[in-house]
Formats: sequence, C-alpha cells, structure tokens
Amino acid sequence: MAGTLRPRDAKELRQAIEWASSEGATLDVRGEGSKLALGKPMVCDQVLDLSGLAGIVDYAPEELVVTLRAGTPLREVEALLAQRNQMLAFEPPDLGPLLGGEPGRGTLVGALMGNLAGPRRLAAGAARDHLLGFSGVNGRGEAFKSGGKVMKNVTGYDLSKLLAGSWGTLAVLDEVSVKVLPAPDQTRTLLLRGLTDEAAVQAMCAAMGSPHEVSGAAHADGKTALRLEGVAPSVEARLKGLRDILAVAGAAMQELGTLESRALWRELRDVQPLAGDRDSIVWRISCPPTEGPAVVARLRARRPSAKAFYDWSGGLVWLALPSSSNGDHMIVRSALGATGGHAALIRAPEAVRAAVPVFQPQPAALATLSARVKESFDPRRLFNPGRMG
Amino acid sequence: MEMPPLDPAILARRSEIVAALRAIVPGEGVIDDLDGMRPYECDALSAYRQMPLVVVLPETVPQVSAILRYCQDNKVKVVPRGAGTSLSGGSMPVGDAILLGLGKFNRVLEIDYANRCARVQPGVTNLGITKAVEHEGFYYAPDPSSQIACSIGGNVAENSGGVHCLKYGLTTNNLLGIEMVLMTGEVVRLGGKHLDSEGYDLMGLMTGSEGLLGVVTEVTVRLLRKPSTARAVLLGFPTEAGAADCVAAVIASGIIPGGMEMMDKDAVKCAEAYVGAGYPLDVEGLLIVELDGPPIEVDYLVERVAEIARERGATTVRVSRDEQERVLFWAGRKAAFPAVGQITPDYMCLDGSVPRGRLVEVLAKMREMSKKHGLRVVNVFHAGDGNLHPLILFDANDPSELKRAEEFGADILRLCVQVGGVLTGEHGVGIEKRDLMGEQFTEIDLDQQMRVKCAFDPDHLLNPGKVFPKLRRCAELGRLVVHQNKIPFPDIPRF
Repeated sequence: MAGTLRPRDAKELRQAIEWASSEGATLDVRGEGSKLALGKPMVCDQVLDLSGLAGIVDYAPEELVVTLRAGTPLREVEALLAQRNQMLAFEPPDLGPLLGGEPGRGTLVGALMGNLAGPRRLAAGAARDHLLGFSGVNGRGEAFKSGGKVMKNVTGYDLSKLLAGSWGTLAVLDEVSVKVLPAPDQTRTLLLRGLTDEAAVQAMCAAMGSPHEVSGAAHADGKTALRLEGVAPSVEARLKGLRDILAVAGAAMQELGTLESRALWRELRDVQPLAGDRDSIVWRISCPPTEGPAVVARLRARRPSAKAFYDWSGGLVWLALPSSSNGDHMIVRSALGATGGHAALIRAPEAVRAAVPVFQPQPAALATLSARVKESFDPRRLFNPGRMG
Repeated sequence: MEMPPLDPAILARRSEIVAALRAIVPGEGVIDDLDGMRPYECDALSAYRQMPLVVVLPETVPQVSAILRYCQDNKVKVVPRGAGTSLSGGSMPVGDAILLGLGKFNRVLEIDYANRCARVQPGVTNLGITKAVEHEGFYYAPDPSSQIACSIGGNVAENSGGVHCLKYGLTTNNLLGIEMVLMTGEVVRLGGKHLDSEGYDLMGLMTGSEGLLGVVTEVTVRLLRKPSTARAVLLGFPTEAGAADCVAAVIASGIIPGGMEMMDKDAVKCAEAYVGAGYPLDVEGLLIVELDGPPIEVDYLVERVAEIARERGATTVRVSRDEQERVLFWAGRKAAFPAVGQITPDYMCLDGSVPRGRLVEVLAKMREMSKKHGLRVVNVFHAGDGNLHPLILFDANDPSELKRAEEFGADILRLCVQVGGVLTGEHGVGIEKRDLMGEQFTEIDLDQQMRVKCAFDPDHLLNPGKVFPKLRRCAELGRLVVHQNKIPFPDIPRF
C-alpha cells in the first residue's frame, strides 16, 4: 500500500517532491480527496496529502483578491468571503454527492485543478479566469511561481491558465491568489414551463443575447430557468424586460425569489437532477449552446433512456446513461460529432474509467503538444500519472 | 537594448531565403527592398528600430504553414507581426529573422449571434469586430486605446486590456477559440464555439505569450450585448490619497464600475488644455467612474458612488447629463497621452500593476524618484485594477535624458514589484522590460517558462530576443539533474 507524505510547509513540500524526483516515485496528489472518483484511476507509489498546507494567507476585500494555501477547504474560503459579501464568481460545484461522497468537502485548489465552474460560468468566466497567480513545485522538485496578486498582469507566460484544469498533473501548488467579486444583493429566477429542448435553448440564447445580464440559463425537468442577480431595482427592471422578450415563446412563466433561487441554482450547480440514480453513468458535454439539443437527440436515437439537462444556455449538457461496461463512450463522442466541443466521463465505476478515455481524446498534433507541455513541468511523470487519460 | 547577435550564415543566405519565400508566397507578398521594408522597421515602441531580413505577407493558412515549416527546417528565425502597435517592442524586427506580417488576414469569417461569438482572421482590428456587430446591439469588450488600429491577433499575443477590464476582463477572458500554426507547420485548433478545454488550456497559455509559441491564424471571440445605458461621473479630490481611498471604498461597497480611471494634477491640466473636457483644475486627483447597465441600476449606482465620493472629501462631483457629455468626459482621458506629448518632446509610458491599496504610497515614491532623476512624471492609470501608466517626460535629443528616463522607468517598475505588483499589466514584456524580468522572477521561475517555450519551439526560432533576458538552450533546460542519495525529508510526517 502506498505511504502518505503530508508536508507542513513550502519547504517540506519541496523536499518531498525533490525526494520523489530522485527516486522516481509517483505521487497521488490530493487535498481532501473529494474528487478521487473523477478521472482515470491511478496507481501511485505515494500519496501526497496537501491538507497540512492550509489556511488563508491574505484577504483584502477591497483588492478583490484572496490568497490561500493549497489545502484550504473550499467551504472555509466561501464562509470567509460571505462575511464580506463577496464570492467566487465562477460558482465552484460541490460534486461530492454526485460522486457518491459527502457534501461540502473539497478544496478551492481542487476546484481550480479541475477548472470546475457552475452555472455562472457563462457570465462570469471559468475557474481558470479567476486564478491570478500561484506558487508551487514542479516535477524537478523546484519551487517556482507565476502570475501575481493583481488583476491585470501580462508579465511572462500565463501559467495559471495551464495549471487550472490540469488535474494536478503539471505541478503541485502551495499557494494561490484568486480573484473574488461582490456577491449580489438579490437573486431572482424566471421559470418558463413546458418548452421543448429546442425551444428552451432558443429562449435561453435570446435571453443571453439581451441586455438584461442573465447570470444563469438552464433547462431541466421541463423547466427553463433564467437567473438575474444584482441590486433590487435593477433585478426588477430586468425581470420585466426578460418577460417581454420571452413572451413570444408562449410558455407559462413564474418568478422565484432569492431563497428559492439560491436553492434551485445550487441543485443545478451540483448536478442534482441526475444524482438520484446511483448506478447511472454521468457525462458532461461542452458544445456550442445552440447544438445542445441536437447532440442529445442523436444520443437518444441510440440510447432512448438517456436523461439529460442543460446548463450554460444549452452549451453544457449533463447526461445520465444506464450502466454499461464501456460507459457508451463511442456513442457519446459520436453524438458530439463534428459539432465541436468535448465530453468527459464524470461518474462511472472505476473499471469503466480504467477502460475508456475519461477526457475527450485530442487530435494527434494537439496530444503531442500537450505531452510536451507536461514534460516541461514534470519530465519524470510523477504527478497524478495517467489521470487525464 | 541589446539583441541577440546576428547569425552571419543566415545573412549570407538571404537571397536563397527570399527565393524560398517567393516560392511559397507569390507576387508582392515578399518584400526585400529597403524602401519597402521601412514601414516594418519598428512597432509602437518607436525608440528602437531594426530592419528585418525580409518581410513576408502570406494570405492563406497553408502559406503560413509552409513558411514556418521552411523556417524550422532551415533554422531561420521568425518575428510575427499584426498591426505593429505593440508598446513593448513585441513585433520589433530582428536583423536575421523573417518578419511575418498577418495584415492580409483581414476578414470577418462568421458572426453567430445565437451563440454570441464571431470568428475572424487575426488581422481584423479590435474595433473592426465591434463595427461588424454593433448594428445588432453587440460588441467585443476588451478595448485597448489603440483599438482602431491594433489587430485581434496582436491582442491574443499580448493579452490586451483596456479601460473596461475590471468588469469585462482582458482578451484571455473573452476568447473562445483560436487556430494556430506551430513552428513545425502543423495547424491546430484550440477551443471553438464551446466553453473550456478538454485538456491543458493551451489557448490560455497562448494568450499573452507575445508571439513566442505559435502564429495565430484565426480567432473566435465572445460577443457581448451592449449595456443599455452608460453614465460617467467626474470626481475631483483635494488629495491623491482621497481619490485612491474613494476607489477602494467604491469596490469595497460591492460596486464594480465599467471603468474607473484616475489622473494626477498634471495629467488633468494637460488633458484639459488639449481637449477642453471640462475637468476641474483645482484638484490633485481626478477620477472618472463609468457605470453601465439598465438605466434604473445606473441611476442607483451613480448616486451611491457620488455619496461615497462626498464622504471622502470630493470637491467636484459631476454626472454626465447625456451621451455627448459622457463621451467628452472620456475624451480628456483618452487623449491624455497625446496631451502630455504637447508639453514634452518625448515621453516614456510605463505599465506596472500594483495592489490598489499601495497606490498612494507608489505615487509618493514616484515623486521622490522624479526629483532624484531630474525628470517629470505624469500619472494616468486604470485605478480600478491598479494598472499604472506613469509617463516620464524627457528629450530624446539629449542622450543623458534618454538614459535617465530609462533608469527612472526601471526604478518605477522595481517599485511596482516591491509593493507586490508586476512589471506589466497590459503592454507586454517584449524587449522593453525583458531585462527587468529578474526583478519579478527567480531563475527557476524563468527556466520553467522557457521549458514551456521549448515544448513549442525547441530551437528558439519564434520571436527571438523578446521576453526572456537570457536564453538557455532547450537541451540544457531539459536535462534532468537527479539528486541521488539525498536524505529523504527527515522531518515530514509519514503515515
């Protein structure tokens, strides 16, 4: 069984990796381990547990920046920001229950490493858009940094973008600086009922293209939800504007207040509409918003019992398929077809994840380039080996 | 500014290289006469000039691919260039390198309103994108001051910003996809009309990589719906500290203005004399705060900002009454650089970013430095995101003044780094700040960046002499030094 290394400071982190580098020991890098069931299964020589590198280093609300250690739980960061009416605008999801674990676990850096964002992604950007800078250790056991703590910075390559979404395979982070934003006073939702998938996506795209600053557009269980956030008078005016432009859809409309809205968008964020059937296989598809319904239709032609819901105005399709030994990966990826986009296997038994590509396979030139980028950080392939396969 | 020594072998092969390029790009697409190449000898950092080996202006992606493959096979260096508006020398030619101009890639390929995006060629200007979609009420958000001339491909290379970054982000936050050509000639597509990357975010890495990793041949940008209203507020303060304090207070109160700019007394005076924007002349610090959104929200926020400003001792609070006055308020700010140009033969524009909370201290220290170097400094900056644009006034005809200006500039950038900021917020490193990179980064930091460069361009052929103060060979950087027999971290808890 693999041993566990639990460094307590930056120096110990560097020493641990320097040692791993000299031994060629592979490392399973984790914070709270809340997303271990996501990605390709790994066999590693050691667990590198970052929970000893935790805590807020610096938080100045008027700078819109929080700096923290890699092992800091997301819930602690969110609680701290809430005290000052601020938030992580990319709305990191809590995938714990979907993945069969506890709710409320996971670190902010874990969300960054997966580039995981919730419904507000389409208005406020992805996790990667909020990582301003970091310090960490590469696979050579060298401590390095990139970016900074300021909003605007083009000094050197933007390695933060590479690290976000790298699932811990490029470097082990020690400290990150993350952009935060004011939390909205009010959250309201306009619900439209009874629209087909196509009509719903059309309505969502019309809403997103309106001046009414929609910060969430999802379609699940026959309900199309559009979220408006901000100060009360503005939200009221925009709700009215939105009702006017969507009246042509002919759907019954309903408004939700702040508390109900927050609950609804939390459920959508955490993929709750598909969490119920624990045996189903869950995919996450990113595609051009208007293509979402066509992708789902192609899929249903092959797997009529597929359940789906849409976020990001139709550009994010969450899909549940009946249990199978290969996750129907060929069917899912061929349904995506030439549309452009990618499909990732989010929930599946370990054997399935071991058997099929979890993340969308890349064209050869891109795959080669990505492998070279990996090598430039971690030439001995120590960090989370094979996890992104 | 020292550039890498020219390779005599390449210079000796010039006619052969020109002929090879002519075989790829027929007709007038290859320029090798001195007069024809003259317009390309510098970019907007015009203090530095250099003739390229030859200029090539391809029109198709296969041509770009063939050029790069030829350069890779023959170890010929390449400097990519969009519109040549870089303020940091990003597209300054190199004497033994081909200058690869993308100016002929100037078409808007597709506008997709339902998916809120536009697919364009890299030579389309920043403003050209907005012009193509504004009749439908849309626009492209990043708005660098050079937007009328700068190309979107150059914006990708530099990760360009503008005055609306705080609320709407930089180029990197507004891109959906790119197509690029690698040094091998391979064409790869990153992103598209969908969100996020399936693997490593190479598009994010490419954005702001200053033309050192690949040549962008197509860009898909996100379009935004124009806000229904925008109003600007002029806020004058008797002290700079009052103005800076107000900036922090506005943000702390939960308001993210569309733009929040600050000018010091001298900048206000220059701009007012030049444009007549109606700025108050009895203030030490002037803020222009723009609020955009639905009319009712803008009215509400304007009131709150005015109230915050008054509480912090503002002596001038003026809200634009109509669109004409809003544009006038901005006209002074937008003309600040040429306005300062009226009172000095030359000026040097810097671009450091600092945490907002250190603004006042940085301004005060800059004044001390101004005395020490015997040169005036005027300050205009994006206060909302802490991005400074100090203008150092000097006379280039006096060589000692140019040298002092460079030293003064370097001192200011060191100061930015010392207070927790960075060398450049939006103009790029280029050649201008290349030799200061060591102030912000350790050698290990820079080696890691260079290894990423090696993953794309192992022979350092793309845009050489830029960004990195000292180039190390990729073979040397790739060597693995294994620390054998080291005592394995005796103090770390193990389970």
